[in-house]
Amino acid sequence: MIEIKNIEKYFGNNHVLKNVSFTFERGKTNLIIGESGSGKTTLIKILVGLQNKDQGTVLFNGEDVNKMNNKEIRRFRKEIGMLFQGGALYDYMTVEENIMFPLSMFTDKTDDEMLERVNFCLKRVNLKGKNNLMPSELSGGMKKRVAIARAIVMQPKYLFCDEPNSGLDPNTAILIDNLIQEITEEYNITTIVNTHDMNSVMQIGTNIAFIYKGEMWWQGSKEELIKANNKELTDFVFASDLFKRLRRP
Amino acid sequence: MLKLLKHFGLYFIMMKKVITIPEKWSAFRKQFVFELTKIGLNSIGIVLFISFFVGGVVSIQTALNLQNPLLPKYLIGLASRDSLILEFSPTMISLILAGKVGSSIASEIGSMRVSEQIDALEIMGVNSASFLILPKIIASLCFFPILVILSMGIGMIGAWIGALSVNITTTDFLYGLRYEFISFYITYAIIKTLVFAFIVSSISSYFGYYAQGGAIAVGKSSTEAVVYSSIFILVFNFILTKLILA
Ligand SMILES: Nc1ncnc2c1ncn2[C@@H]1O[C@H](COP(=O)(O)OP(=O)(O)OP(=O)(O)O)[C@@H](O)[C@H]1O
Ligand SMILES: [Mg+2]
Repeated sequence: MIEIKNIEKYFGNNHVLKNVSFTFERGKTNLIIGESGSGKTTLIKILVGLQNKDQGTVLFNGEDVNKMNNKEIRRFRKEIGMLFQGGALYDYMTVEENIMFPLSMFTDKTDDEMLERVNFCLKRVNLKGKNNLMPSELSGGMKKRVAIARAIVMQPKYLFCDEPNSGLDPNTAILIDNLIQEITEEYNITTIVNTHDMNSVMQIGTNIAFIYKGEMWWQGSKEELIKANNKELTDFVFASDLFKRLRRP
Repeated sequence: MLKLLKHFGLYFIMMKKVITIPEKWSAFRKQFVFELTKIGLNSIGIVLFISFFVGGVVSIQTALNLQNPLLPKYLIGLASRDSLILEFSPTMISLILAGKVGSSIASEIGSMRVSEQIDALEIMGVNSASFLILPKIIASLCFFPILVILSMGIGMIGAWIGALSVNITTTDFLYGLRYEFISFYITYAIIKTLVFAFIVSSISSYFGYYAQGGAIAVGKSSTEAVVYSSIFILVFNFILTKLILA
């Protein structure tokens, strides 16, 4: 479980996050939704510590990340997996080396043990046998899946995904969404997904946070979302015709 | 001026992160060998090519300038030797490497930055600055001197062939080459080269590491890497020459 309280963030004079509080639940796929520029990526980067916040607290299972010393932070980072928007695979390494990298840096496993774990993760994302391809030889969807495999190889307690299905066709997007959902439930991970894809929201949204212009505007489940009466939220959610029709009884 | 100070500040913050004991020696060794190939071996061809021809031109030009019959012929060998060892090989080759190695370091690290690969390293708990940059700096410190010494050797062969082409005998040329040889000049050249190697690898890494934006930013960082590396090479060339030789 991750709690954030009263997060404030400025870029110069640009007030990007305004007093944002939320609780991300364990074993669930928590969604952060909002239009482009509303501050989703910034929030995720603050959560994982890639970006500084100006105010507020972030508690991972009650532990304040700000109060950790370097050693604790390093231990804590090993509990985090992150899926970046573009995959962020190391492009001079093969698929296998990419996934093996965290293991080789931070564990004392033998080569055989590492390979076994890598193959297990590859199989989990349906890319069995693709070990020796280079990232440049992969399609967008395959890259995302390799990135997921790399993010879960250390068996993280927390999984962060920044727009996991942007730039993918609808079928592949659903595949990735389902994969994230399954992995979350299977390993009881706290997963946080940041998206503006309404298909994903309807597919995997159990605990949804809607950010509007840097403010925490609305929160609830997808069932509540369909019935919600909040103007900004409905404008965002039902921007497309398809979803307008969905709303009609 | 303020911008310059900011650059200096960020550079030193980065270098503080870079200069640490590697977290995992096996990973460091792998990166280091990788960089040696990329920085060193891949530059041998161009260094040999340039050195040979410049050596030839230096001796021909010296020969043309020393046509006074009172001056001994062996001066050509001597002058070529000294200009290669003192200036051409350490400084010019470092400038050329600033273009070749510097731009490749900056664009490699820059594209890792804009494609979030550096963030991905940080998230895993890896010290990205040290992991990426330290092997590059050490590989440069190891390989630049080797390239410079190669350049001196090949440059002198070029100079010899140049001398033959303007009817200086091999005996005269070799006599000049050995005449009053000061071995400290080589030490001086190596010291300069080490400083230049550090300048090129660290400054180029700096511009790549702080690249911001997209592909354009990567291009810009590699241009800046070459420009600033070259400027600092020339400035330090002046300072070191003053300190060591004068
Ligand atoms: N490094 C930065 N420096 C300055 N401003 C920034 C920086 N990163 C983000 N911003 C600003 O913060 C605001 C929120 O950006 P953010 O990337 O968090 O949006 P987002 O919700 O992720 O959008 P998208 O859906 O397009 O990815 C924007 O106004 C952006 O201009
Ligand atoms: Mg974003």
